[in-house]
Formats: sequence, C-alpha cells, structure tokens
Amino acid sequence: MEDVIIGLEIHVQLNRLQSKMFCGCSTAYHNSPPNSHTCPVCLGLPGSLPVINKKAVEYGIKVGLALSCKIEEETLFYRKNYYYPDLPKGFQISQYDYPLATQGHIMILGDDDKERNIRINRAHMEEDPGRLVHAGTIDKAKYTMVDYNRCGMPLLEVVTEPDLSSPKEARAFLDKLKSILEYLDVFDGSQEGSMRVDANISLKGGDRSEVKNISGFKGVEKALSYEITRQRNLARRNIKVVQETRHFDELRKITVSIRSKVGAHDYRYYPEADLTVMRIASWVPAIKATLPELPDAKRERFVKQYGLADDHAKSLTSEIRVANFYEAVAAKAAPKLAAVWIADVLKGELNYRDLSIESFSEKHMTEIVQMLEKAKITENGAVQIIRELLDKKEGSPQEIVQSKGLGKAEDDAVQKAVKEAVAESAAAVADYKAGSERALNFIVGLVMKKTRGKASAGEVHRLVKEEVEKA
Amino acid sequence: MITREDVQHISWLASIKIEDEEKDELVEHFNSILEYFHQLDEVDTEDVEPTYRVVDLANIFREDVACKSLTQDQALKNAPRTENGYFKSPRIV
Repeated sequence: MEDVIIGLEIHVQLNRLQSKMFCGCSTAYHNSPPNSHTCPVCLGLPGSLPVINKKAVEYGIKVGLALSCKIEEETLFYRKNYYYPDLPKGFQISQYDYPLATQGHIMILGDDDKERNIRINRAHMEEDPGRLVHAGTIDKAKYTMVDYNRCGMPLLEVVTEPDLSSPKEARAFLDKLKSILEYLDVFDGSQEGSMRVDANISLKGGDRSEVKNISGFKGVEKALSYEITRQRNLARRNIKVVQETRHFDELRKITVSIRSKVGAHDYRYYPEADLTVMRIASWVPAIKATLPELPDAKRERFVKQYGLADDHAKSLTSEIRVANFYEAVAAKAAPKLAAVWIADVLKGELNYRDLSIESFSEKHMTEIVQMLEKAKITENGAVQIIRELLDKKEGSPQEIVQSKGLGKAEDDAVQKAVKEAVAESAAAVADYKAGSERALNFIVGLVMKKTRGKASAGEVHRLVKEEVEKA
Repeated sequence: MITREDVQHISWLASIKIEDEEKDELVEHFNSILEYFHQLDEVDTEDVEPTYRVVDLANIFREDVACKSLTQDQALKNAPRTENGYFKSPRIV
C-alpha cells in the first residue's frame, strides 16, 4: 500500500530473567493470584529504593547488537511522570536521551516479495506498569481493579522508523523481531502479554493516529486494517484525521478514541536520581561474543549446508526450537527429505492441533525419515504415523507401522500385482493403446486394491505403464 | 508567565483538585518561584556540560536473583479499597 505509513513501538518483556527490573520480585507471576508478586519497590511504597538488574541491561545490549544498533557508551534512567493507576509511584522509570541502543535495522520480506530494510530508531529499557482490569468495557467501566504483579517487569521498548507500508509488513516485522528475541533466549513469546504493540499510522499527507496496547500479532493486523479503512473513509468525506490516541477493542474489532490530555511535554522527564548511570561500553565485546547464529544467517547456512530450498530453510529457521529439531534429525537422516517432512508436513500437523514442536520427538521424526528414505513406508503411511503419534501420544513409528500394517509392500509383491492387474484388464490396455492415457488409472487402482494401499501410487503408475507397453 | 489555565492544567496533571478562588493565589506563587529560578539565567554556563546527577557513582547493580515477595494480604493492607485481591481505583479515562 503505497500511501500507508506505519511505525511501531514494541514493548517486549525480558521474561527469561528471574527477577524484575528494579527489585527481587519473581517474574513468574503468570497464573498467580493478583498482587502476590509485589514488594515495597514495585508497589512504590515510601522509602523504598530501586536497584538495576544487571542481567536485564546485558539482555538489552544483546538485543541491541542483534538489531545492529549502536550501543550508547553511557546510558541512564529517567522518570516519566504521569498519573494513572497502573503506576503506583506516579511515574514510570524509563529512558529518554542516551537510550541503551540506537540506529539499528531488521530485514523483512516486503509486500513486493523483496527484502526490505526496516530501520530501528531506538531500543530502551523501562519497567512494565501494572495490569488494569476493567469491570466491563474500557469506556463504560464504573471502576478499575489493579494487579501489580506485572509492575516492574523488565521491558525493552523497540521503536521503528515509519518504514512499514501495510498491516502485512507490520506482521512480518513482528514475526522477525520475535524470532530474533527467541534466538537470543531473552524472551518467551508464549506467555500472555509478553509483547505489546503501539502503532502509529497515517495516510500520506494526513495526520497520524496512535493505536495503543494491541496484544497479539493478529490483533495488530486487524487494528491497522481497521485504522486504514477508517482514515480512508474520512479522507473520502473530506474530513481531516485528528492526531489522537486510540484504543483497539479486541471484542468489537474496532479502534475507539481515548481522549488524553497528557501531551509528550507533560511527561516532565527528569533523570532518576535513585539510580546511577550505566557505563557499558566495556561490556559490549564480551556480549557480542555470546551472540548466537541469528535467523538470517542460519537460513543461509541451511541452504548451503543441507542443500535446502530457500522457503524450506526459511520455514525451518523462523523458530529456534524448530531449527534445532531439524538439525538433530538431519544429523541422522537424509537432510533434504527431513526438511520437506518437517517444514511441509509436521509443522502443518502441529499448527492444526495448536501444538509446538516439543510435542514431537526428534527420535521419532528421525525414524520416520529413515523409513521413507529406505522406502519402507509410503508417504501416506508417514503422514498416518505422524498423526497417530500426535493424537495418541504413545507408541513408536515402528510399532505403528506394525499395528496399522503400514509397511510398504515388498517390491516383488507389487510387481506381481501389476502383472496380474494388467492381465485382468484387457479392455483398459486396449483403450490405452488406442490413445487414452486415463485408462491406466483403472489398472493402477486395481494394483492399489491388490496391495491394500501399501504401494506408492507414483511408483505403481510407472510400473503399470511399463508393463502395458510391453504387452 | 504562568496563567490561570496553566494552573488548571498542572492541577489536572497532578490530580489535585483546586477551587476557582485559589487559582489567582497559585498563579502568583508559581510566578514568584519561577522568577526566583530565573536568577540562575544570569550565570554564564557557556561550555559547561549539563549535570545529570550530583553523585559521581556509576554501575550500581543487583544480580538477577528472585527473592520472596509480600503476600497478597500484606500488599493490600494499606489500600483504602480492594476487591478479590485487587486494588480498587476510581474509573479512569
């Protein structure tokens, strides 16, 4: 979409850390009762003092480096003042000038199927606010309930330049960012609310609106699509888009204006005097040395090392856990065949059941690929084994082959069936010789019946054709 | 110069309700404070780096170790209103 301009601010919880940003409260608050993971620091009680989690800063640098950012030599925290019940102190500890990381970029596949460079303006550290629970919808609630378990969670805010030009590209960017964060092992995207997005969106020449706090990547696509339609409709009626903040209502799938009187200058940022500056230049080389192979590099290596097609390599490397699974299988079974079966079949079966790769054993996948390689099972049989293992969660590929009789018919048995079938199908043979290619299907069907489906259809077709031409 | 509108806005930001008749007095107070600070403008700060902090400490950190939190009861103990383990606050927005 040529006239659409989108920039994103992504709040990422560094939830692989054990403790919060400025206090020792545990980050494992999910599925816990409200307000059971708090202390005087994250509740903002008088007299309490924050202390920076060193590892959170290291994780932030790690992400900055992976996004090709420049890491600031000296960085510091600020107080961002605003009065809202999700912040018990009346301010959020965040960063302002000299943020941790600046001027990076991520490559994504753009709408035109070409690689596009999306610039990162900055990545800065801050603390997550608490979670508000509204009794009813946000605009109709009588009162608000607050859970501070999330308050003080280490957060990294990644801010892009307005380089994205469609909801689909925004989605591609988020997928790539998530992939990188999981490769770095600083982030677990499976936890609810671990990545939340604010999107700035405008049509060329118009003012922008900001849609706040969208959770879920599908939510981002939907909210942006809604916003584009809304702004286009306004433009058609010659109404100017007002620069404003909007909230995405996930139930109604629309954005609604939330009138906010706080302008950027009202945040009254000032240096957080309870915390010291961080001089981190000397940390960078050591952290750089710990950076793992990132998705793009791994994809290129898969293409080179295993001779994979680019789309298979991409599908296998978007999630680190799938990439590791594939490499474990490829070490023991035919790499190209393993790629096809993991990327095209296993991933699809997992998606269909909403399962992750952990639900399937590397050992089982290796056995299946080995059996396919040695033509001991048919493709159809392999799919059945995978489904059986996912649905029943017991047995091994070998056992299923035996119990379901999925072993491929021995070659001479197939040969015999082909000979018999051709002999029994004089009419079809005559039709074929008279020029009807389709007549072969009848004979192939007969062979499949005789071998009870254990033979591979492609193979049978080839054999039947040979036999008929001899006849 | 601080105006009555500024005072109104500041009171909104701070969530402190002020009566109309208090505004003129507050305008005066704010302006006298600002005037006092304007004396600093007389100091020549050319070529002086801005000061971000008065303490010359750097890199004070804690290790990433989780420790015990308050119980829910302790956390909510001083709250004027609670419901089902939550703090209760007036409707927002």
